[in-house]
Amino acid sequence: MMRRIALVLAAPMLAIVIALAVSSVFLLLADVSPAEAYGSMLSYGTEADSLVSMFNRAIPLYISALAVAVGFQMGLFNIGVEGQYRIAAVVAAGLGAKLSLPGPLHVGAIFVIAVVIGMAWIAIPAILKVTRGVHEVIATIMMNAISFGITAWLLGGPLKATSSGSSLILGTDQLPESARFPTLNWLVEGLGVEMRPGSNLDGFLVVAVLLGVAYYVLVWRTRFGYEVRASGHNRSAAEVAGINPKAVVLKTLFLSGGVAGLIGLSYLLGSSPYRYDTGFPQQYGFTGIAVALLGRNHPIGIAIGALLFGFMERSSQILDLDDIPKEIVVIMQGVIVISVVIAYELVRRYRQTQQETAVTKATDLSPHEATA
Amino acid sequence: MRKNLKSLRLLFALLAVFGLVAAACGDDGEDTGTGDGTETTEPADDPCVVDQDALDAAIAAVEEGGTDDTDEGTDDGADLDGSGMRVGMVYDIGGKGDQSFNDAAFEGLTRAQEDFGFEVEDLEPSAGGENRGELLQLLADEDYDLIIGVGFAFEEIIAEVAGNYPDITFAVVDAAPEADNIKGLVFAEEEGSFLVGAAAALTTETDHVGFIGGVESPLIQKFEAGFVCGVHAVNPDIEIDSTYITQPPDFAGFNDPARGGEIASSMYEDGADIVYHAAGGSGGGLFETAYDNGDVWAIGVDSDQYLTVGEPQNERILTSMLKEVDVAVYGAIEDFISGDTAGGATVFDLSIDGVGYSTEGGFIEEHVPTLEGYKSLIIDGTIEVPDTPGS
Repeated sequence: MMRRIALVLAAPMLAIVIALAVSSVFLLLADVSPAEAYGSMLSYGTEADSLVSMFNRAIPLYISALAVAVGFQMGLFNIGVEGQYRIAAVVAAGLGAKLSLPGPLHVGAIFVIAVVIGMAWIAIPAILKVTRGVHEVIATIMMNAISFGITAWLLGGPLKATSSGSSLILGTDQLPESARFPTLNWLVEGLGVEMRPGSNLDGFLVVAVLLGVAYYVLVWRTRFGYEVRASGHNRSAAEVAGINPKAVVLKTLFLSGGVAGLIGLSYLLGSSPYRYDTGFPQQYGFTGIAVALLGRNHPIGIAIGALLFGFMERSSQILDLDDIPKEIVVIMQGVIVISVVIAYELVRRYRQTQQETAVTKATDLSPHEATA
Repeated sequence: MRKNLKSLRLLFALLAVFGLVAAACGDDGEDTGTGDGTETTEPADDPCVVDQDALDAAIAAVEEGGTDDTDEGTDDGADLDGSGMRVGMVYDIGGKGDQSFNDAAFEGLTRAQEDFGFEVEDLEPSAGGENRGELLQLLADEDYDLIIGVGFAFEEIIAEVAGNYPDITFAVVDAAPEADNIKGLVFAEEEGSFLVGAAAALTTETDHVGFIGGVESPLIQKFEAGFVCGVHAVNPDIEIDSTYITQPPDFAGFNDPARGGEIASSMYEDGADIVYHAAGGSGGGLFETAYDNGDVWAIGVDSDQYLTVGEPQNERILTSMLKEVDVAVYGAIEDFISGDTAGGATVFDLSIDGVGYSTEGGFIEEHVPTLEGYKSLIIDGTIEVPDTPGS
């Protein structure tokens, strides 16, 4: 048992060590002391405001990684999360601002819109997949391009702000108070931590945690989750066992798209200026893939991965002040993801050979005969 | 196998349909009524068309008065001392080294630093620019005395941060949020664009010119509106092709020389012989195409691109619309050091040479009197240059 835990931890630790080593090489090439760079990142990154920012940054990454991970569980690669969350966000923001409902209902309505649009956006790839066998990677990538185009059109046309607060920034109307998400600042203050004015702990953290729990229960504690995992491990075996593969593919992809629809809401509902505008964050969908890989599709692992990315992005900001190229963090993130993938593969193979030797021993055959 | 082929065919069919839909949408977005403007707008109603007599009078007046270039007096401040002060700057997407907007701000900052000797810190936001606010806050927390945001995208976020730090003075280029401690530095881009539009109209031999915008945002539309107005002021019958490279929120159009070059090339093929760009780094593609074509012209933007682009491509740069971001940044720092920490907007327009046109290269020498005439008509309000296209 201890050995198993050690093996599980070995891979990510190894990956981080490799990433630090590779980044150090680049830092040395740039004539910067790695110790100084990591030191200032660590001291700035662990300030109270930085930790709050780390959580805020991790929220959309976590939700995005969950959306990707649902698909990974059964070997489906939804690379269209980027397109799904952007179009869901712009529609949710645009329509949400036009609604007038009491608080919780308003937020709920925006959630529903976002989820429905996210699902609608994956519907075409999902249907193509089960009816015509079109690979979901191709179809969802194509849908990304279409999503970006339509999002731009919606932003400049139908959903453009009618009561513009700013003449220069293109955006949807601002969401009214009733549509905004409360902050968790009381929690931070309750812990006796003081934040600078302007810092907020995003209340969407609760949503992210709930989604993580729901994901765990769904995948590991329900029949549907079993079907998903079974189809992911061995499709024909699952089919023989009476699992309808098409239905599972459809449900999984819709689930993935629906979760993807929620990614942008933490920004829309939780941070000023409470609207979809040209500053709306992009790339969460793609970064989510890296985070899901990093977390090995496990809700806890993904949380750690998302927080790690959030920490690196926040703490890299200090580097410019010390005249250290902050792009080093992008290198670090890339190396971590690659090394995690490699490290897990190494650990998997190690385990496999161990199992094989164990089986060989148990059946009392010589290794030569066993492999023959 | 056959099944695969069938699904492939279906995929292609669907792609083709999407392509058509996308193309149709694209067209809708791009034709912002500029090409059609010539047909629908009666010359008499066009605010850009001025009475020839008024123009002649203005030209005569300018020539009599000689060049009334007032010295901005930026060198007077050399005896101000800013040592002990700290100035922070946050760039817009693209950052230092974009050979355009951000670099102009950097130049103003550097010149001021050389003259006044303060401490400087400049930061670049992430690729998507989401952390503008955090960077401003970072500088504010480090107690910088003056913090400058470069770009209209800072409009709201700088107001938010400035509200939390009433003792720090902020400045923002291209926006003017109302606050006691924010200096807004805005430009009359439409006025400068009017003059290069007039220069294009006076130079064109095909009666056909073009405009390439980087991203179809309200700011860039000011350039288009002014350019169209200037062209029509000279000759309402000149045809204008107008295109934007990308639509927001996709800001790639400011840094896509390949697309800039393709669009320029199609405009030249279509008969335009002068193309004006307001597309940041994408302009490089325009200059290359113009140079390759040989007998057509390009017009630069923001800085004097005849000087920044360099030989041999600058042979085909007719003029540039000058937007003196560096002067504005320098001026804001100078004001601050001399004790003016109050907020408020400054409009850099033609009257204070905040915008203008370049005569570098000598290609529009013969038209300078006319352009100066237009300039004086804009300054005295006879011509009101619109800042949105199609108005």
